Amino acid sequence: METVPQFFRHGPGPFTRLFVFILLSCLLIAEDTRLKYFPQFRQTIGVIIFPLQKIAYIPASIYDQIGEFIASFYLLEENEKLRRIYLDNREQLLKLHALEVENVQLRKLLGAVQQIETATKTKAVLAEILSTPRDPFSHKITLNKGSQHHIQLGQAVIDDQGIVGQITQLYPWSSEVTLLTDKDHSVPVQVVRNSLRSVVSGTGKNDELELRYLSVNTDIQQGDLLVTSGIGGVYPPGIPVAAVLRIERDPTGDFAQIISTPVAGVDRNRQVLVLALVQPESNESQEIPAIEPGKN
Amino acid sequence: MNPGKIKEGHVNKDHYIRQDVFVPASNWFVAASLIAASILNFLPLQGEFLLLRPDFLAITIAYWNINYPHKMGMSVAFGLGLMMDVGNAGILGQHALAYCIVVYLTLVFGRRLRLFTPVKQAPQIGLVLLMMQWAIVLVALSTDSLLPDWQYYLATVAGALLWVPVSYLFTLLLRQKPDPDAL
Repeated sequence: METVPQFFRHGPGPFTRLFVFILLSCLLIAEDTRLKYFPQFRQTIGVIIFPLQKIAYIPASIYDQIGEFIASFYLLEENEKLRRIYLDNREQLLKLHALEVENVQLRKLLGAVQQIETATKTKAVLAEILSTPRDPFSHKITLNKGSQHHIQLGQAVIDDQGIVGQITQLYPWSSEVTLLTDKDHSVPVQVVRNSLRSVVSGTGKNDELELRYLSVNTDIQQGDLLVTSGIGGVYPPGIPVAAVLRIERDPTGDFAQIISTPVAGVDRNRQVLVLALVQPESNESQEIPAIEPGKN
Repeated sequence: MNPGKIKEGHVNKDHYIRQDVFVPASNWFVAASLIAASILNFLPLQGEFLLLRPDFLAITIAYWNINYPHKMGMSVAFGLGLMMDVGNAGILGQHALAYCIVVYLTLVFGRRLRLFTPVKQAPQIGLVLLMMQWAIVLVALSTDSLLPDWQYYLATVAGALLWVPVSYLFTLLLRQKPDPDAL
């Protein structure tokens, strides 16, 4: 028989409740890091918090608009400067076109396979960084464009300096980018100076990337620029990734320890470009003619 | 034990008496404060500001559980933690666990903490926030992350410092308005 009045009943004690919730969160952590049975769960929460993130972004956009308003006083000067830069670039672009044509002809002479579409032809979507994580463990940022803006998983994200990362999680109106510095992230690169190919991996520390498995006597120097090699088909070739910071050649070890810093900085600007996936050349042009059994 | 042995200065009698008169906080006010705190947590900050940014949500949860226990349960804290995890692109369940620990600690020590003024509560809140950060670090370590630098704990210091103004702000908002037509 119920003798305790409603007022005095509090349900299970704090420790019991804490225990239940610790168990629940351990299950969730295991689900999220290892099992991954319910990806929709994360998606749903992502949709719920989107309005909150949008509201939190309002002060930043007001700040940007004020900045633009002040900048509009200097439009004429800036226009002049940009026109000069445009002319400079135009000259280089013309040279590039000439070189491309020459390259194609030389390749033909060598009988080499036509290279896939060059990096200059990739399409891009401009996106803004909606949030950067507060704890140092997650090397991920959230962008304000999602699957509704035709963003796809695996797209490369760059800023004006170089590669920032890759899209790894999609929500309807936002998406997550795993940064280069994430310990599970690797990019195929080559050294600009001597086209040495390798793979650069994140270390989990800010501003530190590692070139693994290069032998002690490798021809690599401090300050060498690493650009994407285009191998793997995720990143378009020729985009800067990192600069070599220091090299430790230990003659007793098998490999040199090469640390580099990413050239792109997420903490500098709020806008990034999401590049379209590199489309491999369609096989239609080199279709093998079907063998018809009737004719000999 | 002789009650005369307790020093006068240790317990602020006036403060204790005033504290016991609770002004009822409406559920709407609690909900609004939690939503506002989550928005503050989502602010797109960068660089040094990001390092110093205290966990506004943890502070708000601590406030409600110390001064108005049972106003918000552990399940609400758990749900808010899940939202923070997705917003931070972290491991699902990391902040949920951390906020549940905040609720537990503040529920258990709430009645003792209420004896102190907000200024004296601040270092103790700092300890609660430190426990919370350790829970987050432990979960991160379980997935092969590195130990964070000492700067990571600046957020706890900032949180403890922020406790004083936040605490006073809530008390100010919840103070009963004197009704001139009461008699």
